[in-house]
Amino acid sequence: MQIKNHKDFNAGLLFILFGIAATVSAKSYPIGTAAKMGPGYFPFILGFMLTVLGFVISLKSLSKGRGVRKRALIRFRPVVFVLSSIVLFGLLLLPLGLPLSTFLLILISSMASDEFKMKVAILNAFVLLIVVLIIFVYFLQFQIPVLPAFLGGRT
Amino acid sequence: MREGRMELLSNLALGFQTVISPQNLLYCFLGALIGTLIGVLPGIGPVQTIAILLPTTFALPPVSALIMLAGIYYGAQYGGSTTSILVNVPGEASSVVTCLDGYQMALQGRAGAALTISALGSFVAGCFATLLLAILAIPLSELAFKFGPAEYFSLMVFGLIGSIVFASGSPIKAIGMIVLGLLLGVVGTDITSGTQRFSFGIPELTDGIGFVPLAMGLFGISEIIKSLERKEKREILKSKISGFWLKKKDLREAAPAVARGTLTGSLLGILPGGGAILSSFISYMLEKKVSRKPESFGKGNICGVASPESANNAAAQTSFIPLLTLGIPPNVVIAMMAGAMMIHGIQPGPRVISSNPELFWGVIASMWVGNLMLVILNLPLIGIWVRLLTVPYRVLYPAILLFCCIGIYSVNNNIFDIWLTAILGFLGYLFIKLECEPAPLILGFVLGPMMEENLRRGMLLSRGDPSIFITRPLSLAFLLMAVAMLVVIAVPAIHRKREEAFHEEG
Repeated sequence: MQIKNHKDFNAGLLFILFGIAATVSAKSYPIGTAAKMGPGYFPFILGFMLTVLGFVISLKSLSKGRGVRKRALIRFRPVVFVLSSIVLFGLLLLPLGLPLSTFLLILISSMASDEFKMKVAILNAFVLLIVVLIIFVYFLQFQIPVLPAFLGGRT
Repeated sequence: MREGRMELLSNLALGFQTVISPQNLLYCFLGALIGTLIGVLPGIGPVQTIAILLPTTFALPPVSALIMLAGIYYGAQYGGSTTSILVNVPGEASSVVTCLDGYQMALQGRAGAALTISALGSFVAGCFATLLLAILAIPLSELAFKFGPAEYFSLMVFGLIGSIVFASGSPIKAIGMIVLGLLLGVVGTDITSGTQRFSFGIPELTDGIGFVPLAMGLFGISEIIKSLERKEKREILKSKISGFWLKKKDLREAAPAVARGTLTGSLLGILPGGGAILSSFISYMLEKKVSRKPESFGKGNICGVASPESANNAAAQTSFIPLLTLGIPPNVVIAMMAGAMMIHGIQPGPRVISSNPELFWGVIASMWVGNLMLVILNLPLIGIWVRLLTVPYRVLYPAILLFCCIGIYSVNNNIFDIWLTAILGFLGYLFIKLECEPAPLILGFVLGPMMEENLRRGMLLSRGDPSIFITRPLSLAFLLMAVAMLVVIAVPAIHRKREEAFHEEG
């Protein structure tokens, strides 16, 4: 037996994972009866369905002979920089305030591109910072801390 | 009949009164403008545009917010067409076919004509579809009032299955995505018992997973990561765009194509899973079939622009019909609208007409006004859109990320939502890599709570006997249609045909 289609196989695994997790946690809620369904009833059915679907998808991607192999290639640079810039923005927004976190978000997320240039990124960050302050803070008056917490900004 | 007509007129009058207020007119204009602005960017379609711009509308009163969102939707769609014609990269999936003849026309120096017919065709289609929506709204919502929980449940099953028939990719994975979406929709406090489900002790999850983080993660963030993987390649038309006035010959050729596109689009927009992408594609094939010189398609035939552009706009509008009358979103974009309505505390469905008439008719009228604005807006501003196309992606995407992050935070002033978006963004990226389409997941997510409630109520009424779903004739009809569609996808011959169709498209 060989995996013919890695994408399908892994998709199936992902579904099985979610399905089993849902089924198990749903069992900890009252299931109830068909006539009076408890909070666990619907999620339990869904979790079970998802697990079965996952198995079907994974099994279908197996084949005896040699077939086409489809693999998912993940490039780490965009994933890591884009996601970490967002997480960091979440971490820093309240303690450091909007301007500094904006600056870092732009700088770090810019590194996700293969064509990253420090000068361009810094310039971009400054322009966007001004745009953000004008649109969100001045015009729309979003409730966002501007000054860092240690300089008296709201937290 | 005459009474019905009078009623229609007074309803439309109410709608126009709502839209004509300076405030709403402004939001309609802003929506169309910003929607076009974002939609013009290559690789960003209406779904991403709406996801990115959702939070900006939350501060507004519900009517204005929905009018603005509708404007964003048409704007994004029209912006996508502009990109298709001027750059050989479709701004979004529904303008893929516009690329075929639109870009060729542009190469022949007829970019102006292509843009004009695209705008006019969309406007004509929009007018027709708006009228159709106004006419069908009341009878359909009256029908919906006759539905019991069993009918509703089966209708939702039908809608969800329908959404995968016309989607590309593996149907069984799409079903998996629906189920996963339904599960995600269940997260949070159970309304009936008050039990916390899948919230893992995180207080922010007691209200469930937010629609904005989900939409932005799955469609915004993941698309950005994906786009960064490949090198940017754009061929932007260098020459000056002129000749916006259509020649008589062009007009004579294109007018029937616009009419055909409008009809095809209006019809397909209502179907579950239909909508802009499918209708533009089918109308293009239809146009090629009825044409006296099919060989000229793909080489700059004006009908190849006029028909799909009219069709996708018509479908964009008629796909509001199932949402506003039955409460069932037929495709992702409309699911976004449903999500936005719920955030404003409006449950989409037949009750909207009677409980919020000014919202209902206001949104319908705003579609017409929005279309008119697009015609006025786009042709003079085309120079700006072209210049926007020259902004490199490496400068653009950090800006989009920034607006996403600030937008998400502002919805609830909550940091947790930003992290949730990052997680869902990663999940969305995995889905792209594993070729699982996120659209069915969003549909499932929006319908999840409603489906559970109707299942519970139906089973309660029948005292636990599931046969209620097949003994009530309407419910049975919906389920049979759902089964029929599943059979259609499963039959190998049709399956292959479907694959081919989507290959041609992509």
